[in-house]
Amino acid sequence: MTADLILFLGLALVAVATALGMLFSRNAIYAALFLVLNFVTVAIFYLVLSAPLVAMAQVTVYAGAIMVLFLFVIMLLGAEKLPAGEVLPWQRPLAVILGFILVAEAVYLLVTRAQAQGQVPQPQAAANTMDNLRDLGQTLFNQYLIPFEVTSILLLVAMIGAIVLTLREKKESN
Amino acid sequence: MVPLNYYVILSAVLFTIGVLGVLTRRNALIIFMSIELMLNAANLAMVAFSSVLQEFTGQIFVFFVIAVAAAEVAVGLALIVGIFRAKRSIDVDQMSGLKG
Repeated sequence: MTADLILFLGLALVAVATALGMLFSRNAIYAALFLVLNFVTVAIFYLVLSAPLVAMAQVTVYAGAIMVLFLFVIMLLGAEKLPAGEVLPWQRPLAVILGFILVAEAVYLLVTRAQAQGQVPQPQAAANTMDNLRDLGQTLFNQYLIPFEVTSILLLVAMIGAIVLTLREKKESN
Repeated sequence: MVPLNYYVILSAVLFTIGVLGVLTRRNALIIFMSIELMLNAANLAMVAFSSVLQEFTGQIFVFFVIAVAAAEVAVGLALIVGIFRAKRSIDVDQMSGLKG
């Protein structure tokens, strides 16, 4: 067992455990905090995969902004707990069974038929240098300039949409 | 040196946990969080491939996915707040106003 494999298995265990913790939490705030842990674990995965910029973007945007937004809305709506009670009692066991079938099929296919070839290289110190960052920036702004600009328009539309959706209209008083 | 297949299997397992969250939970916010988990699982697979192929394409695509996820969360949470204002509940089993 090399150190790489031990590191991967430890991080994978934490990622899956926090995902399951989010799935099974009755309290919405605990679920959100579990998801924050999951995002930070995936960011550490990105560091192991020699992608430091994406790792920091993940921590800043996903764990730092999106999850904070979730926590704001959870506390704004007071949605920590939902009352128990099922409308369709057979729905949950059926969903669990189908989910198990899906994961069993996916793992079986990935292990026997559709194996991804290749070995992930060890994280090099060269990934954290300005040269790597400059190459990434050049690729982003040369080959992927159009998606970059379109993303800015998408963010503008999302901002306008969020404001319009939560706007309270002033009532005319007669 | 970890085989790439391990990363893809981990991504598939995380994705399935997200799918289970969408299927079994009734709280609209937890369903939304499970969708974010699914996006994250796909991001992990993309960065793993980018690391093996020594290309930047995977990482750049992950940037765009993160930006799109942020936009989607903003609009989705605005929708959930609007629904809560109208119905005082975010239980998706009660969102049956369009039922025939």
